[in-house]
Parts: sequence; C-alpha cells; structure tokens
Amino acid sequence: MSLQELYRGVILDHYRNPRRRGKLTADHIHTEGKNPSCGDEFALDVIIENGVVTDSAIQGQGCSISQASGSMMADAIIGKTLDEVQDLAHTFKVMMTIEEGENPIDPDRPGAVLGDLEALQGVRKFPVRIKCADLPWTTLADALEQATT
Amino acid sequence: MDVARIRKDFPILSRTINGKPLIYLDSAATSQKPQQVIDTVSDYYERINANVHRGAYTLADEATTAYEGARSRVAQFINASSSEVVFTRGTTQAINMIAYGWGLDRLKPGDKIVLTVAEHHSNLVPWQIIARHTGAELVHLGIDSDYRIDISDIDRIFDDSVKIVSISGMSNVTGAIGPIAELTEAAHRVGAIMIVDAAQSVPHMPTDVQALGVDFIAFSSHKMLGPTGIGVLWGKRERLEAMEPVEGGGEMILDVHLQESTWAPIPHKFEAGTPPIAQAVGLGAAVDYLTEIGMENVREHEKQITAYALDRLSEVPDIKIFGPSDVAMRGGAVSLALGDIHAHDLATILDEDGIAVRAGHHCAKPLMREMKAISTARASFYIYNTNEDVDALVEGLHKARVIFGL
Ligand SMILES: Cc1ncc(COP(=O)(O)O)c(C=O)c1O
Repeated sequence: MSLQELYRGVILDHYRNPRRRGKLTADHIHTEGKNPSCGDEFALDVIIENGVVTDSAIQGQGCSISQASGSMMADAIIGKTLDEVQDLAHTFKVMMTIEEGENPIDPDRPGAVLGDLEALQGVRKFPVRIKCADLPWTTLADALEQATT
Repeated sequence: MDVARIRKDFPILSRTINGKPLIYLDSAATSQKPQQVIDTVSDYYERINANVHRGAYTLADEATTAYEGARSRVAQFINASSSEVVFTRGTTQAINMIAYGWGLDRLKPGDKIVLTVAEHHSNLVPWQIIARHTGAELVHLGIDSDYRIDISDIDRIFDDSVKIVSISGMSNVTGAIGPIAELTEAAHRVGAIMIVDAAQSVPHMPTDVQALGVDFIAFSSHKMLGPTGIGVLWGKRERLEAMEPVEGGGEMILDVHLQESTWAPIPHKFEAGTPPIAQAVGLGAAVDYLTEIGMENVREHEKQITAYALDRLSEVPDIKIFGPSDVAMRGGAVSLALGDIHAHDLATILDEDGIAVRAGHHCAKPLMREMKAISTARASFYIYNTNEDVDALVEGLHKARVIFGL
C-alpha cells in the first residue's frame, strides 16, 4: 500500500534520529530554505575543502519527509567531490520527477548512488509532498553555488 | 436541522478522493458551495450579465438590481443598513481598507493599536505596515491556559493612547470566541475604534452588528457557502463617512475634475472599479441559504458536533488539542497534534482515506509560537458535517499512530 511505501522505516528513523544535526564551528558555508506555505524550514552548514565536502550539519523543523530527506542528504554528501554531489542531486531529482527516466545518470558513477535516499522514492506518488523532499536539496544547490562563486 | 438533506445540496460531497467518499473537514479555510449558490452564479452569467451602475438598458438595470439586492440581503443578515455594507475582495482587503483609510491619517507616534497574539496574519500584517508608516505602536493581548484571549490586564493597557482595537470574533486555530463585549467597552471608554475580524464568526453564529456595538467588522463570502473573490466591510455610518477611500477609480466618484474629485456617498466611495458582480450575487444566494436554515441552528449543530469531536478525540492516545474545552466558548475549528507526527504527515495519511484537514501554521505564526506548536492539523466543521465524519477522523488518527509506530 502506498502509505507504507511513503513512510518506510528508514525515513521514520532519519526523522526521529536525524544525522548530523547541529551547527559547524569551523569556517563553513551556511544556507537556508523555507516552504512558506507549509512552514517547513531547513538549514545546512557545509565545509568544502579542495573541492570535496568534508563536513556537514543540519538544522530545521518540519515534516518527516523534509527532515528525513535533509538528514540523508547531509550524510550522503560527505567525502564526495562537488561533481559527485551534483550527480547525486541530479539522480535524486530524477527519482522525484513524476515523469520517469529523464536523463538518468550512469548508475556506475559514484555520485549516482542514492543509498538510504532511495527510500524517498515513495514520495513521488504524493505530488503535494515532493516539495517537502526537495527542500533540503534546494538549500544544497544554494550552498554549491556559493562554493563555486 | 436536517443534515442529510443539506448534504444533498452540496454536489462536491458526492466526490470520491483516493477511492473514498470525500470527508471535508476544512471549512475554516473555505466552505463548500450548495447547488443553489452555484446555480445563482451561472444563472447570473447566462441571463443577466452586464456592468452595474452604468447602463440605461434592461440588462444593466437587472445586473444592478441583482448586485444591490445581494447587498441588502447581506445587510439584513447582520442587522445593518445597506449603505453600511461595502463589498470587498474579502476579509483581508476589508482590514487593509480600515488600516489605510482610517489609520494612516489619524495615527501618530505614541498611539497604540491593540491586537492579540491569536490573530490571523491578515489582522496582524496590515497593522504592522500602518504602524511603520505612522510611528504608532502595536500591543498584543496574550492567551490564557484555556487558549482564550487574556483580558485580565486591560485596565492597565487601555488608556487615551489606544486608538484602534482589532481582534477576531472567533479564532481560526483554537476556535475560541473573542471577548468582543469586554474589548468594545474598553475601546470605547478611551475613544478608540473597535474592529472585529469576523471571518470565522459570521459564517458560524448569528451576528447582529447593532447588538455588538462595534465600529467595523470584516468577513469573507467563501467561508460562508458563497463564491471566492468577495467579502464584506461593514462599518457604522459615521465611521464609513469619516473614512478615506484607499482606491480611486470609476464607480466611487461623485464628480471628477483634472486636479481633484469628490466621492460618491457610502458604500460606493469604497467600491472603485467594476466590482465582483456575479460573486456578490452568489453571496446573496449563500445568505439566503443560511437564513433558511437559521444561524441559531447552524451554531447549535456545530456546538453538538464539536462537543462530540472533543470527546472522541480525547480517546486517542498522544493527542493534544489546542483550544477551549467548553463548546459555549468556541466554534468548530479543532487544532490538534498527535505525538511526534508532523501535521503534514497526518494530513497525507488522512487524505488517503478521503479526509481533508488543514495542516500547518494556519496563517497564525505568532499564535503557533505562543502555543509552542510548530504546526498543527486542524479539522473544522460546518452544516454538512456529521458525527460519522468525526468517527472517520478518529479512525484515521489511530491509523497514523500505527504507521508512525506510536
Ligand atoms: C480569522 C480569519 N481572519 C481572516 C482571514 C482571511 O480571510 P480571506 O483570506 O478570505 O481574506 C481568515 C481566513 O483565512 C481567517 O480565518
């Protein structure tokens, strides 16, 4: 049943025990995102050294989908190069797109591995909730933009 | 009140959502529309449509009669005179009109505007803007442990510096009925004007502006069975006459010269441009529908269903209800939180069973902070809701607990 697909154990686990929750003290990039219509908030701290994400931390509040997505994302980007992070974001976006199969990334590329994030694919069946899953990723996109300018 | 018969008038209630019959529990956001309103609006477009107050031909006259007829129905509904009923875009525009039209020229630094922490954003933000323009200060009454407006301090707060008091007649979050009589008395004692945001009260309980004794009220058609895009600003004649129009244009003038103009008498001086005519006519039909049922009966029905809901909901483990427990003090908007399940997740789970509830901050973020709730799910009732709808909600909440492993 689709509700069970939406609220998988992994998602509830990340919602209740978010990884990397807190703030970074060392020099870092900080970006914030909000969904004003529903009130979900997400903020991301990242440290990028020599083109590699070396640390991340998250803050925010909201529904299980937005917060779990952020927790998984914060974990998944660690140790990745900026290109790999872009691949990851793109793979996630394709997974969230209702029309499947637009420009999927070669699954063998290291950035394309979603891991826990795959649990979020059930969200696709609930179009009004896709923006919840997306919120941390727009915050990440802002951080990547800051890192490259 | 025959709810089964009423339900037959609402075509949308025969819809299914996710294969289940729609259970609509979001009337505080907007109500559904009976066939009588839908037919009146389409009939207007099919047979009468013309601009109002402009043409000498039959259609124009009929359109004007229909539009003005709606105004007099609304006036009767709240025991006012027609010239005191201004059609607006809704509650939000009505409050903005008072804020700008009354507040901008009169307020000065040191003056106070008294609001409450429980207001809808539409009764907070316009006053913030006016306060910034004029240097006036905003004062907010708090809420007590029963989620009602705390008026224990009003003797200290109300002095000659208070010029405007604006509070909601019924909260869209907690359902609490506002202390209108006490605040009207306090406001008038110091020479302030009293405004009621009646967006939730007019649709759900009898309203008599003469008995209320306030200066202005504002409400929206779409929350009382009528179309979107229209609402009402009611003001006492002398208040409206003394108030500046915020918008200029056609329809609102007496005479126009190149450098200056004179205004039409009330209510028309506040209705610049072509008004939402079909919507006004639809609102007239909605008022007829509610009048036929009787607002006393509407209120009684909602007290009954709210009491039933509060009772049944209290059986659900981990639930927290944000609102007064005594139905005499409240309307049928019931906000709740269930354990650590976020309101959006609750709304999604309920939607799978066709149950529509609102989730989020309900356009009242300061109140949410005050209640230490990030977001709540809100079920709200109207004339077409039944105890079975409440049962379905309770069942849905049990299901959510299972999905979230509570
Ligand atoms: C108490 C209250 N005030 C004001 C409003 C604003 O009404 P509208 O959006 O129709 O202008 C609402 C409804 O959303 C409300 O519940």
